[in-house]
Amino acid sequence: MQVLIGIAGKDFVLTAADTTTARSIVVMKHGEDKSRLLNKHNLLLYTGEPGDTVQFAEYIQCNIKLYEIRNGLELGTSACASFVRKQMAESLRSRGPYNVNYLIAGASKKGEPELYWGDYLAASQKMPFAAQGYAAYFVMSTMDRYWRPDLSLEEARVLLQKCLDELKTRFIGNLPEFLIKVVDKDGVRIIA
Amino acid sequence: MSYNGGCLIGMRGKNCVAIATDRRFGVQALGLTTEFQKIFPVNDKIWYGLAGLGTDVQTLSEKFTFKTNMYKLNEDREIGVKTFAHLVSSTLYEKRFGPYYAEPIIVGIEKDGRPFICSMDLIGCINFAEDFVVTGTASEQLYGMCEALWEPELEAEDLFETISQAMMSATNRDALSGWGGVVTVITPDKIITRTLKGRSD
Repeated sequence: MQVLIGIAGKDFVLTAADTTTARSIVVMKHGEDKSRLLNKHNLLLYTGEPGDTVQFAEYIQCNIKLYEIRNGLELGTSACASFVRKQMAESLRSRGPYNVNYLIAGASKKGEPELYWGDYLAASQKMPFAAQGYAAYFVMSTMDRYWRPDLSLEEARVLLQKCLDELKTRFIGNLPEFLIKVVDKDGVRIIA
Repeated sequence: MSYNGGCLIGMRGKNCVAIATDRRFGVQALGLTTEFQKIFPVNDKIWYGLAGLGTDVQTLSEKFTFKTNMYKLNEDREIGVKTFAHLVSSTLYEKRFGPYYAEPIIVGIEKDGRPFICSMDLIGCINFAEDFVVTGTASEQLYGMCEALWEPELEAEDLFETISQAMMSATNRDALSGWGGVVTVITPDKIITRTLKGRSD
């Protein structure tokens, strides 16, 4: 039921995650933030097994921070994505694999946006737009049709709204609220 | 092995070899991206490809980059294609009872200029072929196409045509493969990589 969507625009990445935490038929909480800031310009969004998700995301967050402290430089998005994939691959054939699917959204200081899709099997791909969960079956086609490489923030916001409307119309799960963030050269911020 | 989809061909010609791949990456029926890289260079003379589970394709390619870099540093020379094939085979057999779900194809030109191709199963049994090797979700279709189209002693340009037609026709008959193609032809003096435009359905 959990949904993650990412759209890379001209010099930013627009991300959306649903904010519902549910167990079986009960909605336990609204307003959950399904992301962790890796560093100023990189955001990790996650879905999957409860517990695994937060443990994995915070483990990655701490290690990226440690790299920054040790080496004095902020890791770029492709390096973060490669690190996350490697950790996921090592966990895959261990005693307790992390059952987590994720998106990594990042923009370099120069503003080149990068979006990485990764699943619980540790496959990872750089994509211009991506989705995790059941949402992928609905919104990937919408984004195939309307995405362009040089989208402005307003145009990307309109495309994202098309995707969310599609889910509202055709997806059986009730997802009333989404947390929408933008990652660009100035960092990560929440937008309405 | 058919979770992400994808397939590969390797073909032997006259003093040249070619390797071809499709570009699809998906999760079962859902196609996700058209740029999944499944063939990788080792050096000027050797290219290899991995078909199967996406995560193991990526993990193995990183492992082989590491192993061949270490080989170069330790031996102070380029690795030979047969040696590389055995390196891949041992790496896979190490995991005999918990294998990587990927089946490699290796093509290259040996030190004496002879073309070499081989493929392996997921636990590293090498198939040294004289003509062509195929692997992936469309392997049966590929066997049929290659058997029909291949002939010995093809020149580089003809080998490119043959391998491309075989790849396109076979992947059009497989739901989990396709979405374009990439072909690399290796001769003793140059390497040419071309992208094929195919049916995107």
